[in-house]
Amino acid sequence: MLLETAGLTKRFGGVTAVDGIDLSVAPGQVFGLIGPNGAGKTTLINLLSGQLRADAGAVRFDGADVTASPAHRLTYLGLARTFQGVRLFKGLSVLENVLVGRHVRMRSDVLARLVPFRAAGAGDRAAALALLDRVGLRARAGALAGELAYGDQRRLEIARALASEPRLLILDEPAAGMNPTESVGLRSLMTELVAGGLTIILIEHDVRLVMDACARVAVLNFGRKIAEGTPAEIQADPLVREAYLGAADG
Amino acid sequence: MDELNDLFFAYSTTIGVLGINGLLALSVWLTLYCGQLTLGNAAFMGIAAYSSALLTMRADVPFPLALLIGALLAGLVALPLGATVFRLRGVYLAIATLAFGEVIRVVILAIPATGKGQGLVGIPPTTELWHIYLSLAVVTYLLARVRLSTIGRAWSAIREDEVAAASQGIAVRRYKLLAFVLGALIAGLAGGLSAHFNFALQPDEFGFARAVQILVFAVVGGVPNVLGPLLGALLFTVLPEILRSLQEYRDIFQGAVLVLVIVYLPRGLVTLFQLRRTRRLQRVGAADVA
Amino acid sequence: MLEQIYNAVFVGSIYALFALGFTLVFSVLDILNLAHPAIFTVGAFTALFVMQAGVPAPLALVIAAVVCGLLGVLLDRVAFAPLRRRGAPPLSAMISSIGVALILTRLIQLRYGPDLQAYPAGSVPSGVLDVGSLQLDGLRLVIIVVALALMVGLTFLVRRTPLGRQLRALAEDPRAARLLGVDVERAIAATFFISAGLGGVAGVLYGFATNSPYSQMGLPFELKAFTVMVVGGMGSIPGALVGAYLLSFGETASLAFLPSELRDAFAFGLLFIVLLVRPNGLLGQKSPDRV
Repeated sequence: MLLETAGLTKRFGGVTAVDGIDLSVAPGQVFGLIGPNGAGKTTLINLLSGQLRADAGAVRFDGADVTASPAHRLTYLGLARTFQGVRLFKGLSVLENVLVGRHVRMRSDVLARLVPFRAAGAGDRAAALALLDRVGLRARAGALAGELAYGDQRRLEIARALASEPRLLILDEPAAGMNPTESVGLRSLMTELVAGGLTIILIEHDVRLVMDACARVAVLNFGRKIAEGTPAEIQADPLVREAYLGAADG
Repeated sequence: MDELNDLFFAYSTTIGVLGINGLLALSVWLTLYCGQLTLGNAAFMGIAAYSSALLTMRADVPFPLALLIGALLAGLVALPLGATVFRLRGVYLAIATLAFGEVIRVVILAIPATGKGQGLVGIPPTTELWHIYLSLAVVTYLLARVRLSTIGRAWSAIREDEVAAASQGIAVRRYKLLAFVLGALIAGLAGGLSAHFNFALQPDEFGFARAVQILVFAVVGGVPNVLGPLLGALLFTVLPEILRSLQEYRDIFQGAVLVLVIVYLPRGLVTLFQLRRTRRLQRVGAADVA
Repeated sequence: MLEQIYNAVFVGSIYALFALGFTLVFSVLDILNLAHPAIFTVGAFTALFVMQAGVPAPLALVIAAVVCGLLGVLLDRVAFAPLRRRGAPPLSAMISSIGVALILTRLIQLRYGPDLQAYPAGSVPSGVLDVGSLQLDGLRLVIIVVALALMVGLTFLVRRTPLGRQLRALAEDPRAARLLGVDVERAIAATFFISAGLGGVAGVLYGFATNSPYSQMGLPFELKAFTVMVVGGMGSIPGALVGAYLLSFGETASLAFLPSELRDAFAFGLLFIVLLVRPNGLLGQKSPDRV
């Protein structure tokens, strides 16, 4: 298993946002995470990616215990993420955003920089530009990230996450705000990435996208995992229908 | 030629103060560039000023060595301080560093060797103008280059969004601490130079007013690049000298410029001189400190 | 002993009055208004100005309060409102307020110089209270009573009046407050009027008590007020009251074991420790570490 959690728990005051979650995510697949609003999905991935510290339980990444690891350490180990609602470095250029994403794979060039007129890191620049190519933003490399359209910002955020050469990529509602064409593009990008060996955890409101893209899906409600299985199993699960699909319909 | 010489001589104090102020402005630029408002640099300056002056006066330590020890001492104090205060953000960080500055001032007032409230008098006037300007040139160059490096990029990322920066693998607190300690070293260097330029030291020189002044240099000049703080130091050091009548109104002028810049030119005066494109690419200034 | 307690209550009352205005603006707008100490000083000097023209002390106090209140509103219009419209971060406002502080302090110096001043002889009421064998300064008692009354008044205003409800709504969530029909700009103007008015009163009272107003008299209070606010929890009004008396009694007690030069170190040391150990303060709720 690439990522495993055991009894992962997080409380805010009196509310238990994540309550004893056990997950195991096998490598080389898209793993879906769904649930109604407030089910604890975002809290769960904040725990997985080190933004929050768990109150109880454990997280293992590629066999190593990373429960107490800070976010930057997890990125170094090969876990990258995007944020619900996009968190780009808006005042930096598109290219610089991706270069920051490469931070853990770059050697510090401070000493080289101290030599007059020397620019360093040509290889990193090329790698960053290639990533921008991949998400179709190369032409905008020099623009400010904050100036991009929303859909472009989402794709830039994915490129930035990929720049750290992760083994596990967590996408938090990547399709929100995308038009149908962009959504299809996202779908095929995910397929490509998984074919290249990446593992993806996908949190998404768009149930169809989840059912299409994921090999396995876990469903959260009130901080607990209420079901896990293939998309077909999930769609047939009465508990899920009641808690999630029912809530969404009605 | 003689007239030029006279002019130079008459203003040599101002020229020296200008260079020292430039160093101080750069020292606070470092933390501002990574989005943190700290007000401890006056105290770091004070620590180095007193310690280097005492070393040359009482222990006959050679001037360059005393300068170095003073700056290192400031950096050494900054290290544990930064490691603890960078748990705080925004206004809490500003207050904590300010409180630290006051503690240092009070401690200086309580140690007999510093001359307490009377100040320290009779410091050998070893600092030459070229010492100041060589230091300024070296520091400016180093910071300008570091800004372009991976470290500078990490600082920018932290300024823009700390949470996102951490998730790109940037050890946020370590980078903030680096900026803080480097800032303390530079402020310390300025302190040592200033002590041996001025002959005497007063504890009040390193209090709240100085901390604010240093901040004003950098904020008014602008934080997008290292020229901004230098511009701010230039404006507030030289203009009151040129317009003698301004002397009395110096604070009013300074306060008014500060308000006007924050309100109308939040990224500092330096943005007036930048090409449109680079200005667009490097939006950073007081407006980004949060 | 009793004398020291009396003194600590007096000093704590001035701390509290000063810090209340500071805290009010912070709780409603998240702005650390560093022009507050300058307004404190303006209060003391406004009283000096009108009393030199023969106005009696109680009336001078009222005039100073109103002048400072209006100055506070003006301060907001000039230094904060434009930033608010742009959505600038709160620290921009703090830096802007530093500019105003520099201007105000200098203006006072241009008129009165940097040295200690005194109120016209006999204009400040004085008297001595005989408590057993002790002689206590009667003016300080008056000041304590006035300060306590203002604290009670402010608490009542914030808790019980429509304006108070608006201020609390604004502090909670400006957008929601607007939707609820709060005239935001008016409520902010009221906040600054009250805050600066209290600051001005504190300045007058302290000026009376020491009878030596000077242009920098606000500065020590600014630094103490940071301690008061942080100890009580930034933005908490009851917290500021508790913090003010805690600090004044702590300082008094510290004289027993610290040399008097280090008296101020107590306040800043306390500030520092509370910030690091309990940054929410003793009564505060706002977290300084919002993710």
